[in-house]
Amino acid sequence: MTTVTIENKARKAWMSLLAKAPPTRLKELWEVSRFSALKAELLRAPEVGAMMVQGRMGGTGAAFNLGEMTVTRCTLKLPCGTTGHSMVQGRDKQHARIAAVTDALMQTDQAADVQDEILGHLAAEAGAKAAMRAAKAAGTKVEFFTMVRGED
Amino acid sequence: MYVAVKGGERAIDAAHDWLAEERRGSPEIAELSIAQIREQLALAVNRVMAEGSLYDPDLAALAIKQARGDLIEAIFLIRAYRTTLPRFGSSLPVETNHMACTRRISATFKDAPGGQILGPTFDYTHRLLDFALMAEGLPAAAPGSGAPEGVTSPGAPPPEMPRITDFLNRDGLIQEEHPDAETPPDLTREPLEFPANRALRLQAITRGDEGFILGMAYSTQRGYGRNHPFVGELRFGTVSVEAEIPELGFSIEIGDIELTECETVNQFTGSKTEPPQFTRGYGLTFGHTERKAISMALVDRALRWEELGEDNAGVPAQDEEFVLSHSDNIQGTGFLEHIKLPHYVDFQSELELIRKLRAEAQAAMHQEAAE
Repeated sequence: MTTVTIENKARKAWMSLLAKAPPTRLKELWEVSRFSALKAELLRAPEVGAMMVQGRMGGTGAAFNLGEMTVTRCTLKLPCGTTGHSMVQGRDKQHARIAAVTDALMQTDQAADVQDEILGHLAAEAGAKAAMRAAKAAGTKVEFFTMVRGED
Repeated sequence: MYVAVKGGERAIDAAHDWLAEERRGSPEIAELSIAQIREQLALAVNRVMAEGSLYDPDLAALAIKQARGDLIEAIFLIRAYRTTLPRFGSSLPVETNHMACTRRISATFKDAPGGQILGPTFDYTHRLLDFALMAEGLPAAAPGSGAPEGVTSPGAPPPEMPRITDFLNRDGLIQEEHPDAETPPDLTREPLEFPANRALRLQAITRGDEGFILGMAYSTQRGYGRNHPFVGELRFGTVSVEAEIPELGFSIEIGDIELTECETVNQFTGSKTEPPQFTRGYGLTFGHTERKAISMALVDRALRWEELGEDNAGVPAQDEEFVLSHSDNIQGTGFLEHIKLPHYVDFQSELELIRKLRAEAQAAMHQEAAE
């Protein structure tokens, strides 16, 4: 069962952010970061697979299988021995590898730098994208009026 | 019966080369990129993802390009690819309450709590060809309305969008949906068996052919199993998919997907002990696929006749075996299109049979004439 401690709540947040990051943007940020030359040992090479996505009947009821989505996962170890995991959306192996290294680094004392150079940008950009979409949606908000019909 | 044939390799290779050439079309016209298909033919991409039963917009766009725009052929390619992927597991059920809605409308309450958001819709367009699209140019950007409501800090889940059916639920006016801990059946793992439960039906319908599901839904509206649906709510937007990572013992969000959800409010059920209540139909589909989601909700509702104590009117939309056995366009096209492949041996036996029957009939006629 899922056990959420304060520690893995933070880890859950950064792993989620990495999973959803646009792969090209993550690679860009990684390349210009101070970590780009870092060597990590692959424990499980990036592997493409599928996750079955479930929905709920009536939105709130019992589960049913909706269909699959592609994901890529990776596990690796930093020279210091810290392991990093990733499971990211899509089929980009490089995405999964960078996400796993980033996950490992976030568990070390370099977390602040990773946050600063990679995760901070991703979070801000995801927020801006969501805000733009929400603003467009708000622009199409309507008030319907029912017309009074002629009869009494 | 199809019997294997040999030979024809050279002709087949030449046919496939020609197909590739035809796919490209005139070399004087710029070639379509996958990104162009993904961005500019997004609703075709969504349909291929929904019926291919695999959420991956790039692959769906590739399939459309390879299939020359034949969507059923593209769905076939996606289904075939899907079988090559290892299954890592199942997600937690997506929480559509937390959908970041791009569109959200209700046909039952004009003052729907949370507001009516039209989003990018064909509704209220005049369906006149827009010749401006033939000329190159960029459309005017949709205006944002300044400060959107409910936009929170990055990383925070979108605020809850209240459900129309929840308002009816509060007064006990509509039948409730209860979560349970059961693992839903998966028709991609176990062959479809009847009677199917609702979870299995919903899985089959959500990946079923849009045209077929639409036809079935329409038949209920025209009186073949009428259940008088209202679109209580239709929403489209982005939800996060969360899944447990076994190595870690907790779940993470593994991606964002776009979904369309339709909840219908239908006519009543009730008994001597229970006062009348509205009933529900449910549709949930990958991508922006509204027609499919509404159709799905109507067909779901029609197939619930037994559970809701309704009469079996003997109509197609109430017959789960009929609906589920014929909704899959890949099964359908496979069986249908195989009859164009060589059936020489099979046909030879038919030919012999008819010659024999004719000879017998003619002999009998001669005999009759002679008598």
